Amino acid sequence: MPSITREEVAHLARLARIELSDAELDHLAPQLDQIITLVGQVSQVAADDIPPTSHALPLTNVMREDENVPCLTPEQALSGAPAAEAQRFRVPRILEED
Amino acid sequence: MSDLTRKTAVELSELMVSKQASSVEVTQAHLDRIGAVDGSVKAFLHVDTEGALAQAAAVDAKRAAGEKLGPLAGVPLALKDVLTQEGVPTTAGSKILEGWKPPYDSTVVKRLKAAGIVILGKTNMDEFAMGSSTENSAYGTTHNPWDLARIPGGSGGGSSAAISAYEAPLAIGTDTGGSIRQPGAFTGTVGVKPTYGGTSRYGLIALASSLDTPGPCARTTLDAALLHEVIAGWDPLDSTSINQDVPPVVAAARNGDVSGLRIGVVKELGGEGYQPGVEARFHEAVELLTKLGAEVVEVSCPHFQYALPAYYLILPSEASSNLAKFDAMRYGLRVGDDGTNSAEKVTSLSREAGFGDEVKRRIILGTHALSSGYYDAYYGQAQKVRTLIAQDFTKAYEQVDVLVSPATPTTAFAIGDRIDDPIAMYKNDLCTIPSNLAGNAAASFPCGLADEDGLPVGFHVMAPVMRDDLLYTVGAALESALAEQWGGVLMTKAPELEVTR
Repeated sequence: MPSITREEVAHLARLARIELSDAELDHLAPQLDQIITLVGQVSQVAADDIPPTSHALPLTNVMREDENVPCLTPEQALSGAPAAEAQRFRVPRILEED
Repeated sequence: MSDLTRKTAVELSELMVSKQASSVEVTQAHLDRIGAVDGSVKAFLHVDTEGALAQAAAVDAKRAAGEKLGPLAGVPLALKDVLTQEGVPTTAGSKILEGWKPPYDSTVVKRLKAAGIVILGKTNMDEFAMGSSTENSAYGTTHNPWDLARIPGGSGGGSSAAISAYEAPLAIGTDTGGSIRQPGAFTGTVGVKPTYGGTSRYGLIALASSLDTPGPCARTTLDAALLHEVIAGWDPLDSTSINQDVPPVVAAARNGDVSGLRIGVVKELGGEGYQPGVEARFHEAVELLTKLGAEVVEVSCPHFQYALPAYYLILPSEASSNLAKFDAMRYGLRVGDDGTNSAEKVTSLSREAGFGDEVKRRIILGTHALSSGYYDAYYGQAQKVRTLIAQDFTKAYEQVDVLVSPATPTTAFAIGDRIDDPIAMYKNDLCTIPSNLAGNAAASFPCGLADEDGLPVGFHVMAPVMRDDLLYTVGAALESALAEQWGGVLMTKAPELEVTR
């Protein structure tokens, strides 16, 4: 039994907002199955009482004074926008029609 | 004057300080070299001829005016295309960022500019630094100057190939799982991954934020140390930046005394799967260090064998989250905005069109590892393994000052060999990944050519957190001892590239 099915890959692609083609699903699903078998080796390690590490070095909260500093102009901030209008990012409609 | 492109950064600096060459001349020589050989090496995605010459002229003017300049002022450099440079195209090797010109400089670029270093252009890389060969770049593969039919390593293959092809004396890379060290090993050059947090991530297009580390690439240990010193140090714009003095890397590279240094050979990083020529050169280098006065012992790091699977859970999980920002709304590629499609549909179509196979594989893998029902078994368990790997390092450093291994299990492989076999590709990084997971400093130094194929082998040194200086101590000792045997650094054995225009 594969560790991940073609249908599961299609579902994950939808969650990740990637419109995969059928040909890509055929190609990627078996590769992902192999990769998941590889990464699944972590379960062989007895680590029940081991604390997880999210970060290599101890993290501490970093605070600073709340001061005004120079920032991007609206023109600079919009310079890479696929579409802009009235000094704003123009985006496709965000609501469904019905 | 002899060919400026064959000089080290230190030699170029001396020529400029003594007014025997200007930065404009040095920069032009490297631009000419790029014009002559980059058609076959393909290290650069963008060459900023005008910008580089303007930066060089500015340094020359400052020097003429008697201003005090840093040791690398006027020296040219190749910049990995994952770091933002204001107004210069930055793609991270991805189609989704084609044509994007960032409106700000990364901290690394700010520091390069402040040091008077001349940025020649942006170098090729695997898309979003996901890969070990540059074959995942959306803009074609970089070729290894030692053998153009082979890959230069990755993800920073462009940066390492550029210095190996004498297109630049210095380059910047970024290392998330080996992307500075593995291309360094494959191209016969020096590649250093500083301690995580020792160099700033501000303006680095993030792959895996808990692992990404910018660092220096060069043809000699001292050149790498000088560049390391320029880019390292605390940055308030990076919340994981370490607020401590930069370790004395330049002094260590000048000194290179390993007498009394305790060196641990990692038992688990060798044997089956390792190319005989790689192991032979590695063990000779260890012997050489012993002769130079180092005390060598074998050390066991039993959890290193699980570093690769843990890494391929942690990295995709962080990447799937980091790459969510490419949503086709604020910058980058937008596809399917025809007035009928919703924003969500446009995002999905744009990501489908803009991301390559490996990026899609890792985003989907990361999405899976983080999804409810799998989180504890995959991501949670990988984080525990990360703890065990860090503990292996801590225990090892109670016995020894540094750990060593080959930098890679094999030498550079042929273009196309592993492109459709992700697992074979991932295994390139067996030796380099543990240091990213634990955050310690590590580097690859050239240690000879493998007998089977005549290709460069890298000697991997791993030092404790914020002991980056120890890397340079070992690298400098090895470099000078080997140069005595060879009559020059390893790069002097590289074949001449055919010059085309």
